[in-house]
Amino acid sequence: MSQAIASLRSRPRHDSSSRLMVIGGAMLAALAVIALLAPVIAPHDPEAVEVRRVLGAPDFLHPFGSDVLGRDVLSRVIYGLRVSLIVSLSAVAGSLLFAVPLGLIAGYFGRWIDTTVSRGLDLILVFPAMLLAVTFIAILGPGSVVAAIAIAVIYLPILARVMRTSTLIVSRNDYVTGARARGASHWRVLASHIAPNALGPVIVQASVLSAFALQLEAGLSFLGLGTQPPTPSLGGMLADGREVLIQAPWVEIFPGLAIVVAVLAFTFLGEGLRRAFDPKGVAE
Amino acid sequence: MSRQLIFAIRRLLLTIPMLFVMSVVVFLILRLVPGDPVRTMLGFRATDANVAELRHQLGLDQPLLTQYVNWILALLQGDLGKDIVSHAPLADLLAQRLPVTLELTALSMLLAVIIGIPLGIRAATGGRWTKRLTEGFVIFGISIPDFWLGIMLVLIFAGTLMILPPSGYVPFAKDPIANLRYMILPVLTLAAGEAAYILRTTRSAITSVLDRPFVTFLRAKGISPNRIVFGHALRNAGPAIVTVIGLQVGVLLGGAIIVETMFALPGIGRLVVTGINQRNYPTVQVGVLAIATIFIVVSLVTDLIVAWLDPRVADGEAT
Repeated sequence: MSQAIASLRSRPRHDSSSRLMVIGGAMLAALAVIALLAPVIAPHDPEAVEVRRVLGAPDFLHPFGSDVLGRDVLSRVIYGLRVSLIVSLSAVAGSLLFAVPLGLIAGYFGRWIDTTVSRGLDLILVFPAMLLAVTFIAILGPGSVVAAIAIAVIYLPILARVMRTSTLIVSRNDYVTGARARGASHWRVLASHIAPNALGPVIVQASVLSAFALQLEAGLSFLGLGTQPPTPSLGGMLADGREVLIQAPWVEIFPGLAIVVAVLAFTFLGEGLRRAFDPKGVAE
Repeated sequence: MSRQLIFAIRRLLLTIPMLFVMSVVVFLILRLVPGDPVRTMLGFRATDANVAELRHQLGLDQPLLTQYVNWILALLQGDLGKDIVSHAPLADLLAQRLPVTLELTALSMLLAVIIGIPLGIRAATGGRWTKRLTEGFVIFGISIPDFWLGIMLVLIFAGTLMILPPSGYVPFAKDPIANLRYMILPVLTLAAGEAAYILRTTRSAITSVLDRPFVTFLRAKGISPNRIVFGHALRNAGPAIVTVIGLQVGVLLGGAIIVETMFALPGIGRLVVTGINQRNYPTVQVGVLAIATIFIVVSLVTDLIVAWLDPRVADGEAT
C-alpha cells in the first residue's frame, strides 16, 4: 500500500480527479448520514397512512407532498434511500468478497487455474445483466435479499476480471520475484505483496458499479421484483405513483431525483478515483 | 482457408457452449424453485390430482436428464409448451411478442447510434465548450435511470403537452403511424442512456486514433481535418464502437423489460415480469430463452463484424 501511495505522490495530482472525488465523496457522505439517521431525520412515519392527506401537494409540513395513501413522500424517500443504499452496497461488497480472491488466484497462478476461473465466470456474461437478475428472482422469489444476491452475481465476472488483470500486472514486479526468491510461500506473496498493490483498480470499478447496482435495485423494485411493500423503496415508490403521475407529479419526481442524486454521487466518486488511482485504465 | 474464415468458424462454434449453458439455466428455472413448483404455480387450493396432472404434463415426474433431453428435443421442434394461465401455445405467444421487443430495441439502438456517433466525433474534435457539454450529456445520460426518464417524458409529452399517448401499443402492420406514435416515448427512454455510452466510446476511440503517428503524417501531408476524421479516424475507431454497440444490445434488452412494463408494450420483457408475478414458470422460461438467444446471436454478429472491420482481431484469434 505504501508503494501505491508513494507512486501517487510522485505523480502530479490531476485537478479534475480530486474535484470529482470531493464532490462525489461529499454527496455520498451526506446520503450516508441521511440513510443512517433516517429514524431521526424523517419528519413522519413512512408507513403512516393519513386519509385526509391523500395525494396532498407539497407544503411546509410535507415538503415532498403525500402519496396515494396519504403517506409523507419525504419520509418515504429517506427510508427508501436507506434500503436502496443497503441493498446495492451489500451487493457490491458481496461480489468483491468472491471476486478479489478469484481474480488473485487466476492472475497469479495462471495456466489451467486461470482458464477454469475465467471461462467459468464468462458463463455468467452469457445473460444480459437485467435478465440474469430477473431469472434469479424467478427462481428464488422477489425480495431485497434475492435482489442483492442477483446483483452480486452479475458483477462477479466484471470485478474478478479487473482483479485478475491488476494481479497480472503487479505479479511482474521485481519485488514479487524477490519475495519468492527469499522463500516466501505463494499465499504470503499473494496476501502481503500482490493483493495490497493490486486492489486499486478493483476498488475503482466497485465504486463505478455501485452506481449501476443502485439503478438495478431501483429497477427491480419498480417491477415489483425487488424490495417488497410496505417497506419503502425508491423504485417501488415510482411504481406506486405511476397511476397518479399527472394529478400528483411529486409522488414520482422526488423518489426519482433521489435515485439520480445517489447515482451521480457514485459516478463522480468512481470517475474521480479512476482518474487518480487507475491511470492505466485497468478497471475499464 | 483465410484467417478470417477460421475465426468466423471458431466464433460460431463458441456459440454452442454458450447456448448450452443458457439452455441449462433456463431449464433449471422451474426445477430450482424452492418447495414444489407445481403447487406454487397452481396455488394451494389445487387438488392433488390437478398437481399430479400438471407435473406429468411438464414432465417433472421423470429423471432430470430425461427431462432436459425431452425439453431440448421439443424446443428444437418448435414445441415450447403451453402457458399455464391462458393455456395458449407458447410458440404463438412468442410470435406475437417478439416483434414488439425487436422493434423497441432496434429503434432505440438506431436512435442512440444516430445521436451518439456524431456527438462523439464532435466531442473528440470540438472545442472546450463542446467537450464540456458532451461530457455533461454523458454523465447525466448514464446516471438518470431509464424508468425515471420515461416517467418524466410521460409527464411532459403526455401529461402537460398532450401530444403523445402515455402508454399502449398498436401493431405496425395495422397502423404504422399510430405504432410509431406509441413507440416514440419508450424509444426515447431507452435510447438516451445508450446514446451517452456510444458517445463516450466514440469520443475515446477517435481521440486515441487522432494521437497516432499516422494522423500526424496525414496532417503534414495537408489532408483536411474532415477527411482525417471521417476517412481515417472513424474507420480505425469502428471496431471499438461496434463492440460497444453489440454489448449495449444486452443492456437495451434488459432495459426493455422495464420499459415494456412501464409503457404497457406487449413484448417479451413484460411477458417475463407478468410470468414471474403469476408464478407462470413455463412462460418465464420461454421469455428468458428468447431474450438470451437474441443476445447470444447479436454478440456473434458483433464479433464477426469487428473481425471483418479489423482483420488483426481474426489474426490474434486464429494464429
